[in-house]
Amino acid sequence: MVLTLIEHQDGNVDELSLQALTLARNLASGEPLHALLVGDGAREAAAQLAGQGVGSAHVADDERVAAYAPGAWAQSVVELVERLEPSAVVAAGTNRGNEVLAHVAALRDLPFAANCTEVAGGSPLTVTRVRWGGSLLEEARIHGAPTLLSVAPHMVPATDVNGAEAPAVEAFTPTLGESDLLVQVAEHESTVTTGVSLAEAKVVVSGGRGVGSADGFGMLEELADLLGAAVGCSRVVTSAGWRPHTDQVGQTGTKVSPDLYIACGISGATQHIAGCKGAKKILAINSDAEAPILASADYAVIGDLSEIVPALTAELRKARGP
Amino acid sequence: MRILVCVKRVPLTGGRMVLTADERALETRHLGFTISPHEECGVEQAVQLVEQHGGEVTVLTLGPPEAEEQVRDSLAAGADRGILLATDGEEWDPQATAGAILATIEAERAAGGDFDLIIFGNESADSGNFQVGIRVAHALGRPVVTGLKGLSIEDGRARCEQEVTGGRDIYLVPLPAVVTVLEGINLPRYPSVPAKLRARQKPVETSTPERPEPRLEMVRLVVPPGQGKQAEILGRGPEAAPAVVEVMRELGVA
Ligand SMILES: Cc1cc2nc3c(=O)[nH]c(=O)nc-3n(C[C@H](O)[C@H](O)[C@H](O)COP(=O)(O)OP(=O)(O)OC[C@H]3O[C@@H](n4cnc5c(N)ncnc54)[C@H](O)[C@@H]3O)c2cc1C
Ligand SMILES: Nc1ncnc2c1ncn2[C@@H]1O[C@H](COP(=O)(O)O)[C@@H](O)[C@H]1O
Repeated sequence: MVLTLIEHQDGNVDELSLQALTLARNLASGEPLHALLVGDGAREAAAQLAGQGVGSAHVADDERVAAYAPGAWAQSVVELVERLEPSAVVAAGTNRGNEVLAHVAALRDLPFAANCTEVAGGSPLTVTRVRWGGSLLEEARIHGAPTLLSVAPHMVPATDVNGAEAPAVEAFTPTLGESDLLVQVAEHESTVTTGVSLAEAKVVVSGGRGVGSADGFGMLEELADLLGAAVGCSRVVTSAGWRPHTDQVGQTGTKVSPDLYIACGISGATQHIAGCKGAKKILAINSDAEAPILASADYAVIGDLSEIVPALTAELRKARGP
Repeated sequence: MRILVCVKRVPLTGGRMVLTADERALETRHLGFTISPHEECGVEQAVQLVEQHGGEVTVLTLGPPEAEEQVRDSLAAGADRGILLATDGEEWDPQATAGAILATIEAERAAGGDFDLIIFGNESADSGNFQVGIRVAHALGRPVVTGLKGLSIEDGRARCEQEVTGGRDIYLVPLPAVVTVLEGINLPRYPSVPAKLRARQKPVETSTPERPEPRLEMVRLVVPPGQGKQAEILGRGPEAAPAVVEVMRELGVA
């Protein structure tokens, strides 16, 4: 049996958990699939697993776990591991998925492979996992049972099983100690965001060291406004204090997946590309025809961005007419 | 307040990932080294907390003897003392890494110097295991909050802020505690020249732990497909603007 931790928002199953379930099904290769859902809305979310080939959905939704508590989630996994003896436990490679499985690994003294993209089978299980935020892959063997692994986001397309029924819902009340609930969300501060969100923008106009200054971003903003785009930047820019870290694209910033990513004065370090390689197309504007970004970009314009970006804005305005 | 920050030496890979012939490491002969931006922010956070509340910042790394460079960089950024757990250069798996860090913390505690706060990066830059900090916290029986974008200490408690969809989640945990942080929690200062000079005089203790057999065993590294495209040059200088707009039209974004 393979157990998968399913995350959900108010009863709606997360897409990344369906991706994890797809890899879990692959790993189970015919063995039963079970799911674990914790927190408010877990029951509604379990019902959405019809068509996924999940036999049983274990649901823990009492009020103690209404607010997220990583220790309590991990304890719930451990309890099922002890009772059902799965061969593997799978989660999505999200903040919570990775966090909960790391807790389980610590509690059970087991190895844990984060952000896997493939399972090759064998004993010990061989997996492929992501390093450097996706710029490098690793084949690794996991010496431990059950095997604990999370699934790298957006690397395994979610599929379903034709005609599979909804899982049998099995409510359970995990035995939780005080220490399992010591770390729990105490409050939530809502922030109102304005403008186009970087992670979801269709077009991103991004600037690097080549923009030269905080003021230099004015022309990028102008172009972005015209395109309904979000403005992004490289780490050099945030380190210099020209833009806030929330604008940073890359391994330690935001991962973007627009239709077009315009990289202005960005060299194309692997850690930057890790954040924008999900873009359908990349356009590089760079004064150096040898810049590494040209090996990741689809299109390039060679020259000084402080001349090219305003020319582009003017041309777009002209093309649109008065 | 005594704070420990754990940092890992990693190569600055530049524009391309190049492997050694045995495919078990990156070719680093021509590369510089650094630590993860998350960990850099971890050091800065510790230094700011000590500036506010008093105390001492210790920075620890497990890595080859050359990793003393990253310890010294952290000392230049304001940490007070360093601990280098020297290896033969072979990577340690996250379980073994956590074990070595734990043994050091326990030895410090036995010598009368416990840590009130232990700071990790949310994930290491190279191997990204998302677990060393959580393992150390469990072994010590201490609370751990991960992925912080905000951290302050009030009345012996850590107020921990995570960025989530639509806002921030707040956790309040008693000290001693373990946290893992993300880049963006602060903006690290550039070390001054005098700070770099002072860092040379600060103490770094070195020991050489024994490497256990890995349980997450790296077999080989693979460069993912997609590296090494060749961009179509649309033109040079501002004269290229019409060609760019044409492409934007084709893509349906103009
Ligand atoms: C673990 C780790 C994580 C990292 N995470 C990130 C991350 O999340 N995001 C990130 O961006 N970086 C990250 N980095 C840093 C990364 O390695 C690079 O240092 C950084 O991306 C370089 O930024 P840049 O391209 O703006 O600057 P540079 O590398 O200095 O490039 C500037 C470019 O601008 C061009 N240029 C200069 N003037 C002009 C002009 N007038 N017109 C046109 N072009 C011009 C130059 O030819 C050059 O190509 C990380 C590094 C590490 C080690
Ligand atoms: N070799 C190491 N030396 C010191 N600290 C480390 C080492 N490896 C990992 N860490 C710490 O543990 C964090 C998480 O690492 P990981 O679990 O590998 O993603 C890192 O950000 C560091 O703070």
